[in-house]
Amino acid sequence: MNEPLLEVKRLSKHFSGRGGAQIHALTDVSFKMQPGEMLGLVGESGSGKSTLGRSILRLLGPSDGQIIFNGIDITHLSARDMRPVRRQMQMIFQDPFSSLDPRMTAGQIVSEALAIHKLVARANRSARVADLLRMVGLAAEDATRYPHQFSGGQRQRIGIARALAVEPAFLVADEPVSALDVSVQAQILNLLQDLQEELTLTVLFISHDLAVVKQLCQRVMVLYLGRIMETAPAGRLYAGPKHPYTEALLSAAPVPVPGAKRSRTPIGGDAPSTLHPPSGCVFRTRCPYAIAECSQVVPELREVEPGHFKACIRDVL
Amino acid sequence: MITAADPLLTVRDLRTHFFTGAGVVKSVDGVSFQVRRGETLALVGESGSGKSVTSLSILRLLAASGKIVSGRIEFTSRDGQNRDLTRVSEAEMRTIRGNEIAMVFQDPMSSLNPAYTVGDQIAESIMLHRRTRRREALEIAAQMLEKVGISGAGCRIRDYPYQLSGGMCQRVMIAIALSCNPSLLIADEPTTALDVTVQAQILDLLRKLQEELQMGILFVTHNLAVVAEIAHRVAVMYGGRVVEDGWTSEMFRSPKHPYTRALLNSIPAIGRHPARLQAIPGNPPNPLTLPPGCAFEPRCQYAIAECSRAIPNLVHTGNEHWVRCIRHGSL
Ligand SMILES: Nc1ncnc2c1ncn2[C@@H]1O[C@H](COP(=O)(O)OP(=O)(O)OP(=O)(O)O)[C@@H](O)[C@H]1O
Ligand SMILES: Nc1ncnc2c1ncn2[C@@H]1O[C@H](COP(=O)(O)OP(=O)(O)OP(=O)(O)O)[C@@H](O)[C@H]1O
Ligand code: SF4
Ligand SMILES: [Mg+2]
Ligand SMILES: [Mg+2]
Repeated sequence: MNEPLLEVKRLSKHFSGRGGAQIHALTDVSFKMQPGEMLGLVGESGSGKSTLGRSILRLLGPSDGQIIFNGIDITHLSARDMRPVRRQMQMIFQDPFSSLDPRMTAGQIVSEALAIHKLVARANRSARVADLLRMVGLAAEDATRYPHQFSGGQRQRIGIARALAVEPAFLVADEPVSALDVSVQAQILNLLQDLQEELTLTVLFISHDLAVVKQLCQRVMVLYLGRIMETAPAGRLYAGPKHPYTEALLSAAPVPVPGAKRSRTPIGGDAPSTLHPPSGCVFRTRCPYAIAECSQVVPELREVEPGHFKACIRDVL
Repeated sequence: MITAADPLLTVRDLRTHFFTGAGVVKSVDGVSFQVRRGETLALVGESGSGKSVTSLSILRLLAASGKIVSGRIEFTSRDGQNRDLTRVSEAEMRTIRGNEIAMVFQDPMSSLNPAYTVGDQIAESIMLHRRTRRREALEIAAQMLEKVGISGAGCRIRDYPYQLSGGMCQRVMIAIALSCNPSLLIADEPTTALDVTVQAQILDLLRKLQEELQMGILFVTHNLAVVAEIAHRVAVMYGGRVVEDGWTSEMFRSPKHPYTRALLNSIPAIGRHPARLQAIPGNPPNPLTLPPGCAFEPRCQYAIAECSRAIPNLVHTGNEHWVRCIRHGSL
């Protein structure tokens, strides 16, 4: 097997909430990503998906743990030392409306990154911008238009062109289609899929939509209250989830097939607050299989089949 | 099963326009559908297709610049009277709202008043529609919370909205909406802001309550998977018009409008994963500059010259299925 492009070791991130309370946004998260892999990160609101993406890119300083990128421990690199690494890692944001500067043209937005990283001589920049716009399905002439003159899907294309301008190896796509109309989502998903294959990008694809993740990703990681519950090759995870939370999540996801027979594992209530995560297994308060021991031990992520890991002490599934 | 003889709400060729500085926004420009007792109709469509304006038109809660310019909204109240809601007086409308027709919105947090306990808010709505004392109303409020699956309702009625999660707030909104036994519930994206596990709970709850109370539900959403799960019938909106209307199973099995077809092919589904999704080219229309013919024509792979000449009629194709496409017979 290749050297991983990214290795995250026991990463934790706490925020201080009101009155000094600790928000446990991420706890003990460890995983690796191989070059050219598209990993889907799923979990419900507040599970820590964005915090993980932002921590890897060092947009947030981790509280504990290590981030190793391309063999270099970047956890504590200075801003200056981080700069060449930053070029390698880019992010696509959820909201194509607020993530683009309304006063800049599409061309300026895309070429800004080229200028910052001094990548292309000024004289050749507009040709490169035109190439990038065409690559994401826009026209070279679009370079002179402003964000408000584009639709949501087109704005997301500009965001993608901006991210790709510096030829990154690693991309975090944080809910890149959630804010788009359903009919436009497929355009962007197809574009991401094509670009990933063409450019052999390594992509951490964040989404709360299990169907979207299954469409794009080879491997899936499930987060709950800041902890990894399960990670497995996509086919395996969807066909036979091994963790009770993944099972619940899959059975709750609506499917566009009327009258589909479903064996729903209904779980009650809402996710507990990240201010007071339950002791032991964080899922135990909603878990239909919980036993007394689940409140005492924090389940380690263990390999149950090759490449298939789960953090659950039981083997009911 | 529902009998066709029990119509509750019949919307006929509704047109609601906004008169703005930038021009006339034809947000709703030809919407027809029917909701029957005990039946859920899903109103689906993309952002800006006119779903919310349709709901607000039914309740006559439009912004000042919005006007129902034509069409009928026939509603059969509990006493069997059939009235056109576009014509009733504001006073009559007030008794219908909340009493006969209730509404639940997308964002539960902002629809509750942060300054009052949830018990007070439900009780207030009960006292508005029934002659009861506060104490009695609070008891009913607790029962309502119990009914929507909030445990320990006796204590929960003293909570303020900020003390509840999004899913719980949405249940409170449903409890308020149901506190007066409406015959029609309009739910505008009631689960869109919620997590899937909580969404599943709310959908189960709505289904259960509908069976119990035989309500009609107008369920507004853009999520086709949710539609498949909850709706008996579906009306698909595009550019302010209903372009297809029929039974849910038939709509998913054999969609007749090119837009419905394209939409169903474009969404990824667990259990069905083509190597590539079939994307719909282009973008949804701008309601300020709708094309003169079929609004989907610029994106439609079946379009012919005639499609851009006139707006197609909504035609019946049998088995209570309607389509607005001149080519539907030859696809
Ligand atoms: N800057 C911050 N300060 C305090 N708490 C934060 C901050 N950023 C995130 N959190 C908290 O950390 C937790 C994880 O948040 P995060 O945004 O990573 O979740 P997410 O999985 O991306 O959710 P969503 O699906 O809603 O985007 C939440 O409880 C959130 O409130
Ligand atoms: N008060 C208003 N003044 C002017 N235009 C309006 C007003 N309210 C709505 N519109 C326009 O009417 C159209 C339909 O809006 P509507 O809110 O019904 O869409 P929707 O289908 O509910 O979309 P979404 O899925 O985003 O909620 C939109 O183009 C919107 O901009
Ligand atoms: S460890 Fe216990 S509580 Fe956690 S998922 Fe497994 S069975 Fe459920
Ligand atoms: Mg997020
Ligand atoms: Mg709306």
